[in-house]
Amino acid sequence: MKRIYAKEEHCIGCRLCEIYCILEHSGHQTLVKAFADEENRPEPACRVEEDGALSFALQCRHCEDAPCVAACIAGAMTRDPATGVVSHDKDKCVGCWSCVMMCPFGGIHIDIEKGKVVSKCDLCGGEDAPACVAHCPNEALIYE
Amino acid sequence: MSDKRYDYVIVGNSTAAVAAVESLRTQDMEGTLAVISREPQAAYCAPLITYVLAGKIPEEQLAYRPADFYERMKVETLLGAEVTELRPEAHEVVLADGTTIGYGKLLLATGGTPIVPPLPGVDLAGVYTFTRYEDMCRVREYLEHRQVNEAVVVGGGMIGVKTAEALVKLGIKTTIVELLDRVLAQALDEKGSVAARRALADGGVRVVTSTGATGLGGSEVGVVGVQLDSGETLPAQLVIMAIGVRPNTTLAQAAGCAVKRGVIVNDHMQTSLPDVYAAGDVAEGYDVLLGESRPVAIWPSAYLQGQVAGANMAGSDTAYEGSVAMNSIQICGLPTISVGLTNAAPGDEVLESTSANGRDYRRIVIRDGKIVGAIFVGDIDRAGIITGLIRDAIDVSDFKHKLIGRDLGMLSLPKDYRLHQVMGPGIEV
Repeated sequence: MKRIYAKEEHCIGCRLCEIYCILEHSGHQTLVKAFADEENRPEPACRVEEDGALSFALQCRHCEDAPCVAACIAGAMTRDPATGVVSHDKDKCVGCWSCVMMCPFGGIHIDIEKGKVVSKCDLCGGEDAPACVAHCPNEALIYE
Repeated sequence: MSDKRYDYVIVGNSTAAVAAVESLRTQDMEGTLAVISREPQAAYCAPLITYVLAGKIPEEQLAYRPADFYERMKVETLLGAEVTELRPEAHEVVLADGTTIGYGKLLLATGGTPIVPPLPGVDLAGVYTFTRYEDMCRVREYLEHRQVNEAVVVGGGMIGVKTAEALVKLGIKTTIVELLDRVLAQALDEKGSVAARRALADGGVRVVTSTGATGLGGSEVGVVGVQLDSGETLPAQLVIMAIGVRPNTTLAQAAGCAVKRGVIVNDHMQTSLPDVYAAGDVAEGYDVLLGESRPVAIWPSAYLQGQVAGANMAGSDTAYEGSVAMNSIQICGLPTISVGLTNAAPGDEVLESTSANGRDYRRIVIRDGKIVGAIFVGDIDRAGIITGLIRDAIDVSDFKHKLIGRDLGMLSLPKDYRLHQVMGPGIEV
């Protein structure tokens, strides 16, 4: 399957990947509307880590033997054997945080108040390059 | 000659069984496959029964897999059928009604049985264990018919704590009685345990530690109280026994299968009987950190063992990597995660950090340069990075101090390990 890979030597830490991840999952067409709609604004599934000059963007790796799927006590985390995409079902999630305990990348983001996993990369669902990759200005994210 | 025969038979229908079905079917879509379970319903998320009891989630949400799971996986289900005998020579199992089911390969995924201490009064109405759907139904029905103002939960482990939390949500004054000097003693260190106890107190759960239950008092309507070894009697119209679960090895043992505390398996999840596998809470998984086999009755291990068993039953050659004991449990709103050996042995190095408000606590136990245990309380973000370091047995001597702070991330790791992780197998940089 195609995966997103980060090239940390190319990343300039601009965080456009986070911003376009938010837009893509906001249900809005423009950044202005997506960010104005604070109440429904999604959390980015793609996160930039930064330490001085070093930075890179990371999102769910869609592991073949996904430990989060093994750990999920609610049946909310599943992997499609045909596409390889690991998906999270917010309706089934009970906020037990077993996925957080297991993900070796820290790629699952939670909201303890809401009691749910709030963002996890879904590869933007399609064949095309995900939003974070498509909008990376320095080719620090590739999809292959 | 058996009445029916399948290429694959799975006894049990929980985590390990479902994982086995899924992995088996990625290898072999044609072989006939049957799942036999004592419980009549489709696979469900057993830990969520406390959520349903508390009214936090609807009952339908218990389903572990979509409704068409068995059909899609070409599984014939014999649900509500109890296997009473395993005949390894004949390669068949016998059901309670006498039907014999032949198998090519068999998986024992019979799980665990709650331990009920032989206390006087333990058979009274209103005394339950709380691990299965039917337990929840019984408790719910009991609560409909009897006024319950007070409950006692015997045992302060995971099940005890989550059940007590649910009972309090229902407006029942609930006390946990724990024999050890702290709750969740298996998972948490002392500080973590203190935080858990505080969360329980804030959530309205009373906790009594260093105290054993010696008996249950009853009347004609059922249990009325729990006698403690302190001499005190706690009034209770409902008692939950949650002192632990042991592997349900009856079937395997009677068939002459090698059993210690659980069914003994090799790294392919094969038992001592030909063509018989075991996975999940019934089996003794290899504990990576302790270097010995023992039952590690946790969900992720059950799933991973089931996955390995299913693949091998279908003819592949897959080894189980071994178990690391771990638990994630939210206690009255306070998330806690514990992984591995969290109580340090002499000579171990311990790194700890506590947030200014005292709510968030992290602890890492290091032995010979490698992390062997970790605890996260409150802020649990990216805890899995530490789990990964434990699993991969990475020497953290050079960067250990980066792992205890709130900014824990992939950037806390050395470049080569980080790239190996992020880029994935086959794309080494």
